[in-house]
Amino acid sequence: MDVLYFAWVRERIGLPKEKVTTDAATVADLVAELRAREERYDLAFSDLSALRVAVDQELTDFDASIKDAREVAFFPPMTGG
Amino acid sequence: MRIVVQDTPFDMGAEAEAFANGRHDMGAVVTFTGIVRDFGDGGLDAMEIEHYPGMTRKALETIAEEARTRWSLGDVLVIHRYGRMEPGEKIMMVATAAPHRKDAFEAAEYLMDYLKSRAPFWKKEHATTGETGWVAAKDEDEDALSRW
Repeated sequence: MDVLYFAWVRERIGLPKEKVTTDAATVADLVAELRAREERYDLAFSDLSALRVAVDQELTDFDASIKDAREVAFFPPMTGG
Repeated sequence: MRIVVQDTPFDMGAEAEAFANGRHDMGAVVTFTGIVRDFGDGGLDAMEIEHYPGMTRKALETIAEEARTRWSLGDVLVIHRYGRMEPGEKIMMVATAAPHRKDAFEAAEYLMDYLKSRAPFWKKEHATTGETGWVAAKDEDEDALSRW
């Protein structure tokens, strides 16, 4: 699946998008896998209350299933308007 | 309903006129325009807005459609820019048309509250000193959603 990062999450991880092959069942499982990779991921995901997630371009929460998901995006709370 | 996501400037006067024109059954049109605001000391060089291209339009449509189910509206316009903007530039506008002003006002406020916290835009400030910083979401913006 494609994993996307926006705003400071993108800056902290150092890339906007990557392909990830995973058996993770939920967003939280995917986060745990990413955190175990490298320190920059661990730091970016250290406070989940500061992050929001979208699965296939719909806002959801960290318990959401990512089975069959094509795209998961992580970003800080939005500041539109 | 018209949803526009663009990096180029827009003409708020022309947009408002076009939106209001030719309606015979709508007694009220409300428009709101958001403008890049300086810190008050001339310290802001520019605002940069990042967005999530695949999701932005869909999120705006969902918010606008929800407004149409809650209020009696004839039409809704949402324009939101992304990219680099200087103080004084218009970031976004919403317009609502309704038979009566209460619906038009309330729906415009609803759209603004949801645009702030549920549309995938992120603002980064560039100070004249060269420093940059992501604008943090405010608790009161999240709290504002609870009134709806």
